[in-house]
Amino acid sequence: MSVVLSSEEFNAKVLNGTGKVLIDFFATWCGPCRMIAPFIEEIAEEKAGEVEVYKIDIDQSPDIARQFGIRGVPTLMVFEDGKPVSQMVGAQPKAQILQMLG
Amino acid sequence: MTNLQVDKDPRVIDVAIVGAGPAGMTAAMYASRAGLEVAMFERIAPGGQLAQTEHLENYPGYAQSTSGFELAMSMHEQASIFGAKLVGEEVLSVDFSVEPKRIDTAFGEYRARSVIVATGARPTRLGLPLEAELQGRGVSYCATCDGNFFRGVDVVVIGGGNTAAADALYLSRICNKVYVVHRRDQLKATAIYHKRLADIENIEFVWNSEVVKFLAEDGFLEAVRVRDKVSGEERDISCNACFVAIGTTPNTEFLAGALQLDQTGYIFADEQGRTAIPGVYAAGDVRQKELRQVVTAVADGANCAEAAAEYLHE
Repeated sequence: MSVVLSSEEFNAKVLNGTGKVLIDFFATWCGPCRMIAPFIEEIAEEKAGEVEVYKIDIDQSPDIARQFGIRGVPTLMVFEDGKPVSQMVGAQPKAQILQMLG
Repeated sequence: MTNLQVDKDPRVIDVAIVGAGPAGMTAAMYASRAGLEVAMFERIAPGGQLAQTEHLENYPGYAQSTSGFELAMSMHEQASIFGAKLVGEEVLSVDFSVEPKRIDTAFGEYRARSVIVATGARPTRLGLPLEAELQGRGVSYCATCDGNFFRGVDVVVIGGGNTAAADALYLSRICNKVYVVHRRDQLKATAIYHKRLADIENIEFVWNSEVVKFLAEDGFLEAVRVRDKVSGEERDISCNACFVAIGTTPNTEFLAGALQLDQTGYIFADEQGRTAIPGVYAAGDVRQKELRQVVTAVADGANCAEAAAEYLHE
């Protein structure tokens, strides 16, 4: 799992990527984001090779957040072959995040 | 967070605590410190509503105010030190008519000699069309989480209690203009907020009014329609975000009749947190009470743990 910083990196790894990608749009000052952060790490480990997991700090990468109309954190988005397929806003149980990944 | 899985076999937990907010974590600390085996069941992660509070300026002992998240993590650490375990599973149903009492999660069945319900409350939804669709697209229940997305634009806060007042104060530092829409002609919030808010230039009160409609464009909130309850007149306030702070709803659906609730869903309990069922207690925002604060939640947690310890020693 890694933190994506630039739009170029995002385009290359997510939009032009293949397979399933989970994106966690977060902010360092957001309590619920910090509450679910451990789940995101666990999912990245458990689903290694199956799902790519990236975190986007919305203060560091406001352009990416804007591109997807993110107006709340945490927002979790799932991409498949570069296309957004589902989205959840707010802290969610780990089981629900896994369910979203299918 | 380390999820220490409790052995799911016939082993019986002394004290099962449902919910790991301030009340649950304090109950866990007291009960485990009293030598009891304690498991906290939590659907998301420890902290509850406290973890999303920007800062607390009225928690005793923190004169310089403290971050809600840091305080919550510290409470969890403190409970862990005395041996309380965290089970990261949502409790879906309970059966208090059997001994030991039964708790079911999506992952299995647990048995406990006593149960402390500390599931707290969640922000109440307005129940308007588009509300769910616009969550994360302009409609929010957490100003400190989402306020930063609305730097320099106009926003609306609905409500007149302490949460609405704190939200308006926080947002006034970030946003261009903050409209506070309240159904009464004055705030219900603690007196200290009244003057503070009145002194802020970019806060405008919309008294005796309620939001009756969310207006969206391209999937994002554009305005709210407000009705003046006195004149009956309606007008649209254009805004990029609307923060709903109209109170809380208790998380008691999972009890499904296992405990007696009041009309609004809060659990009846006595001063020590005892419900009508021996060995079952209620602590924090989920119980019927006058003042719902972190400081009263932790007090409830301590009382319930003591009551449970007493019950188990009988």
